[in-house]
Amino acid sequence: MMKKLNYRLVIFIIATIFGILFTIPSFLGKKPKVNLGLDLQGGMYLVLGVKTQDAIKNKIKTIASTVKYISNKNDLFIDKLKYLKNGLSFELIDKDDAPKMDKQLKKISGIQIKKTFKNGSIIYTIILSKEEIQKTKSDAVKQAIQTIRSRLNAYGLTEPSVTRQGKDKIVVELPGIKTEKEKRNIKKLISSAAHLELYLVDDEHKITNPKEAAKYGDIMLPDKNNPKRMWLLKTPPVLDGSMITDATVGFTQRTNQPAIFFTLNSQGAEIFADVTGKNVGKRLAIVVDNRVYSAPVIQERIGGGSGQITVGSTDEAHILAIALRSGSLPAPVVLLEQRSVGASLGADSIRESMIALISGFVVVVIFMAWYYGLSGIIADIALVTNLFLIVAVMAIFEATLTLPGMAGIVLTVGMSVDANVIINERVRELIREGKNIKHAIEGGYKNAMSAILDANITTLIAAIALFAYGTGTIKGFAITMAIGILASMLTAILGTHGIWEYILATGKKITPKHFGMKV
Amino acid sequence: MELFSQNKIYDFMSKKNFFVSVSVILIILSLVSIFTKGFNWGIDFKGGIEVEVRMPKPTPISDVRKYVSKKFPDASITTFGSKREILIRLSVKKVSGNVQKDLGNEIKSLLKPLGNVDIRRVDIVGAKVGNELRDRGIEAFIFAIVGILIYVAIRFEWRFALASVLALFHDTIISLGAVSFFHIETNLDVLAAILTLMGYSLNDTIVVFDRIREQVIGSKIKDLSELINDAVSRTLSRTVLTSLTTFLVVLTLFLFGGEIIKPFSFTLLVGIIVGTYSSIFIASPLLIWLGFSIDDYRKRLMEKEKKKREKEKMRKMYQGGVV
Repeated sequence: MMKKLNYRLVIFIIATIFGILFTIPSFLGKKPKVNLGLDLQGGMYLVLGVKTQDAIKNKIKTIASTVKYISNKNDLFIDKLKYLKNGLSFELIDKDDAPKMDKQLKKISGIQIKKTFKNGSIIYTIILSKEEIQKTKSDAVKQAIQTIRSRLNAYGLTEPSVTRQGKDKIVVELPGIKTEKEKRNIKKLISSAAHLELYLVDDEHKITNPKEAAKYGDIMLPDKNNPKRMWLLKTPPVLDGSMITDATVGFTQRTNQPAIFFTLNSQGAEIFADVTGKNVGKRLAIVVDNRVYSAPVIQERIGGGSGQITVGSTDEAHILAIALRSGSLPAPVVLLEQRSVGASLGADSIRESMIALISGFVVVVIFMAWYYGLSGIIADIALVTNLFLIVAVMAIFEATLTLPGMAGIVLTVGMSVDANVIINERVRELIREGKNIKHAIEGGYKNAMSAILDANITTLIAAIALFAYGTGTIKGFAITMAIGILASMLTAILGTHGIWEYILATGKKITPKHFGMKV
Repeated sequence: MELFSQNKIYDFMSKKNFFVSVSVILIILSLVSIFTKGFNWGIDFKGGIEVEVRMPKPTPISDVRKYVSKKFPDASITTFGSKREILIRLSVKKVSGNVQKDLGNEIKSLLKPLGNVDIRRVDIVGAKVGNELRDRGIEAFIFAIVGILIYVAIRFEWRFALASVLALFHDTIISLGAVSFFHIETNLDVLAAILTLMGYSLNDTIVVFDRIREQVIGSKIKDLSELINDAVSRTLSRTVLTSLTTFLVVLTLFLFGGEIIKPFSFTLLVGIIVGTYSSIFIASPLLIWLGFSIDDYRKRLMEKEKKKREKEKMRKMYQGGVV
């Protein structure tokens, strides 16, 4: 028996065993297994766009805060702070302070400084360098991915997938989300920038429109609970959320309202103590994502670097605390696409495509056996192995099976017998020409090779195009197509050839009937 | 089993003008449908909102409309596969940008009077995304065409490459024409189907061309039409059989695969028929019109063969230690 084995058959048998071994875990729910796409198991798929231009704005705002802080600290008088598209400008009143200012500004990286002299004072123009702009934008997307990932992990989701798509898009895939409430919370969690800022309230001016506010270097922001009530706030903010080290949920002592208690790092604590000390009796507005949560009056200098934000509900406090703790989004994100599939639809899709797969498979298997006899049955064996191989390879690479991917497998069933059809037709041709069976088989495989290779490679090119440019579920289709094509070359060419060689070696008499020919 | 009589050479080329006329008419009809009727763009490309709900029992559309239109007066409401499945389409402008909006729940509570409905699926696609997807689709198409052109040109020669790509355009246009004419929702899956059938129909064409190439070397036939008839006839049973098995599985997908996958399987069904037709009747006549010459090609192939043999001879001489 061993002597009759040939290398083709051995490879085919190994491939079959491999295919079966790595297919079984997927059906038992053990690893390595094929992951079901969101369209098959239910879940939510989100595409977010990162507003990278806002990251630039935030960067400039931070620089402005720094400029203001260093000028206060070093008693440098500045005026007319203005924001530009990619930078800012301000006037240094006393030109003799220029060396001091320059020394401080040197500490800020990634900026270009231009100075123009104007009757005794100096106008500073600070512009972000091109590289800095590029870096800020790219960092914004990277950081957003990090932030969203850690927020979702903190929320307790098991397998969130957060990946970058293109230049400024993020794809979030969340399998197994069931309730509408969960969906709502998660969308909030992902999309809230959680940009915490503390502003001093401007009580000196009575202003009703934003344009006028800008004249005094102020901005107007709405109240969180009453969007019609506008607060007039002094820019730049005295502090921002990047200095937060921790945020926890609790209740306020006096009113027993849900609140978030935040802790600042040492730099933030120093600034916080400084500002509160200098502004006792004034109001300090706590702003999250451009909405004023509260604006308590500063009673005394607050040392120790901690504060609290009162919120409406514990649910909201929970989400906001997670968001603050995992850092703010460097730029706001907008929802570009959302797809959520209920578990019931996913289950139906699996059932329907399985029915299509099984009935298609049965039709093809019967057809091949009817048309080609023994040779058709051998092709059917190769087809079964092919299916195992597709599942096995997908399981090993932890690929995701989507609904179009299922369609791809169904299609493979139809197309992968093509190689055997080509071979069998060639063998029949040679038999008709009067060759003996052994030569006809060898010749058939040889003659069919170039057509099979060329045909499969061109199909592979189309599959690669789909994979390269496709998104989401379509990629899943391209993957199953490509694996199916490659596996079919192994099973349909090598495998069936090996089986024939083995049969010939046993000395069994093969007649044209075994190729489905009329005798 | 044998369905095709052996060794019979069918004279396809004498009727080539007829076949090509049929194709030209189909292409014109397709283009007319594409440009007048247009496509029934799905939200993948157009942007928009789709909410699929399952009603507890078969419900007339008008009942669903009555309740949904309270909040969304311009919603389009259709059944989706069965009487219990309802598809509600909304314009994206109403909701875009509002991330927090909870459409599934909203629809659910609007339909509360009709019973406890199951929200099966909520898809929201911004208009901008749609445009991008369309661009990517076109890029994928161009990538595939160029890749195939280069590969076929290397393996055969440029006339084969051009003829096969023209046949691909033929298949793509007629399939898209059918999608447009039957008002099939044009979504990403349809794009995937088009790219798949490009690979598939090329498969058929390549097998025929491979036989032509083989006959150029292996036979002494001088007349191109005769050679093509010979090659197409010899591959005919294979072309029909493979198309048949593939057609059968796609048909099962179309019949049993569920509503979501229907646009995909429809496109493929049409594509397989058209693709098979074009590889038998269209691709090869194109070779004639593109001025393919058997003699030139035979000479080139012979030269290649000669060079190969010379190389082998040299190698043998080296190995034999003659030089």
